Amino acid sequence: MTDLTPEPLARPGRFGHFGGRFVPEALIPALEELDEARRKAMVDPAFLGELEMLHRTYTGRPSIITEVPRFAEHAGGARIVLKREDLNHTGSHKINNVLAQALLTKRMGKTRVIAETGAGQHGVATATAAALMGLDCVIYMGKVDTERQALNVARMRMLGAEVKAVPTGSATLKDAINDALRDWVTNVGDTHYILGTVTGPHPFPEMVRDFHRIIGVEARGQVLDLAGRLPDAVIACVGGGSNAMGIFHRFIDDAGVRLIGVEAGGEGVEGGRHAARFAASSPGVLHGTFSYLMQDDDGQTLESHSISAGLDYPSVGPEHAFLRDSGRAEYRYATDEQAMKAFELLCRTEGIIPAIESAHALAGAMEVGRELGPEALLLVNLSGRGDKDMHTAAEYFGLIDGDAVPSGTADEPRAEGDGRTQL
Amino acid sequence: MSIGVSEVLQRCREENRAALVCYLPVGYPTVEGSVAAMVAMVEAGADIVEVGIPYSDPLMDGPVIAYAADQALKHGVRVDDAFRATRAVRDAGAPPLVMSYWNLILRHGAKQFATDLAEAGGAGIITPDLIPDEADDWIAASDETGLDRIFLVAPSSTEERIAAVTSQCRGFVYAVSHMGVTGARTSMGDAASVIVSRTKAVTDLPVCVGLGVSDGTQAAEVAAYADGVIVGSALVRCLTEAPDLESGLTALRALVADLAEGVRSGR
Repeated sequence: MTDLTPEPLARPGRFGHFGGRFVPEALIPALEELDEARRKAMVDPAFLGELEMLHRTYTGRPSIITEVPRFAEHAGGARIVLKREDLNHTGSHKINNVLAQALLTKRMGKTRVIAETGAGQHGVATATAAALMGLDCVIYMGKVDTERQALNVARMRMLGAEVKAVPTGSATLKDAINDALRDWVTNVGDTHYILGTVTGPHPFPEMVRDFHRIIGVEARGQVLDLAGRLPDAVIACVGGGSNAMGIFHRFIDDAGVRLIGVEAGGEGVEGGRHAARFAASSPGVLHGTFSYLMQDDDGQTLESHSISAGLDYPSVGPEHAFLRDSGRAEYRYATDEQAMKAFELLCRTEGIIPAIESAHALAGAMEVGRELGPEALLLVNLSGRGDKDMHTAAEYFGLIDGDAVPSGTADEPRAEGDGRTQL
Repeated sequence: MSIGVSEVLQRCREENRAALVCYLPVGYPTVEGSVAAMVAMVEAGADIVEVGIPYSDPLMDGPVIAYAADQALKHGVRVDDAFRATRAVRDAGAPPLVMSYWNLILRHGAKQFATDLAEAGGAGIITPDLIPDEADDWIAASDETGLDRIFLVAPSSTEERIAAVTSQCRGFVYAVSHMGVTGARTSMGDAASVIVSRTKAVTDLPVCVGLGVSDGTQAAEVAAYADGVIVGSALVRCLTEAPDLESGLTALRALVADLAEGVRSGR
């Protein structure tokens, strides 16, 4: 087993040599303030009590686990258990982090929150928390995504948020983050940036992980109750990597439990149109952190590609980079096609429509189950539900006008990048 | 050894004026055109030139510079083009400073970048998204090559941060005039003079002010209390708003001359 004792750190916020704070000096005081506030909050019974109450009475925690035997028949007969983050209020794990950061915002005396969103999920969660707590809210969203996800823009506006379309660069998630950071550096006095995943400058990767850690804490106990033993593997999809860090973290010390992250293989890694950072990229800096990054020879960020916008990001949280390089976690990828097959399979065998992001984890579980065989017990994080993906699924499977076609023959027609799902 | 940033700032001090530091991104509208524009700025009175390297994710830049950088990248500008611009600025007689987001330098290798820049006649690097706490490799590489390293302080910086940052600067300290991104402002406000005096309280290094200056009047206002006035977006706009390069260069020369007049009339 790899020694996971962290190297002695010269700087805070490092996971091995990944992480750090690569941001303008102007933001450093806000990051220090946030770090101090979250450290105090995490040992303050008043904060923890308020958060626990919200989890229980607003989000609907603990989320249940569901064993899926009919699905598992297609995965080498292994036992497969789903952690149902899809049943949370707003439809995904995102709400765990957002509620905690919104509470922190109030504790820091700030009155305005901003957030980035790929096509809606984190934006909707943030708009929800802002409405609940009476905070002003601005969501940055790539212009391409606002046009394709008009309904989600309406959801956020219905909740009282202002949605700003970002026309620069590729006009997608990474550009939305750039504009959110620009807003933050301009308005940092009264504004908190609710970053939606385990990346960005310290303390975001550590803090967002801690706010999602409850997923693994609950699931570990639930699986022990159900099966009387720990799972052989914990499997989650990895975009920025927040749902995966959330379910992985409690299991890191359980040396016998494999931690398996599934990235978006897009149209296949060979052609470059993918978001499989660990399969084909190298360490670099983006959005304030040092991690694996899809970049060209000059260090310019490359565009990633995935049928799922929630996984469509050219970098990945720095703790995943550390877990990967240290050997504690392993990463593989599922292509658009593999993910959509798993998506359809879960719908048809279990009556559960997963988010397309989560379908990547299911595709990974099908592979791992076949590798390990019927004795294996797999825990899969079902990070979100798929209602939001019906447009994409309807196009992919040709469901409009009821003329459904079997998967595998549904490779045409769909417009480039159209019908993306949500972060 | 050609004249460095410190010598230029010292000479300006002796002339009882602020230095004029002018930024343009390499590659806009073309590599050729940007090099010509940088040389034109030196001829029109820029004391120091910042050679900006376009980056795909310029999170400290406002719309004007972000647009020019994006266009330059679309036209295929490469990091190596910055060395060519550096040579041209040096030959024109002003010290060139590279301004670059960190990942481009990291990808090149901090040590290799420093070596290549020194070889091209570069005077140092301004690093808008690198704080000294994360800069061990760059500090070592700049010590080895003698390049200046210019970190930033901001109105939000605490006294401790200002002391820590300035202790790692060489050449000058870049004081951000206000909280926000690059771009012209109608008024400079008090924040700029406050951050300059707070910085001067802990360091003997020259302090130059960037972000927001767009004409000779504002330059004169800042020159009253700062050792240098940094101008970027307003210069870039001369090129983005011109119908062709020649008229862009004419507008650029006129603005630089106005700014040069401003830094000489502030005290």
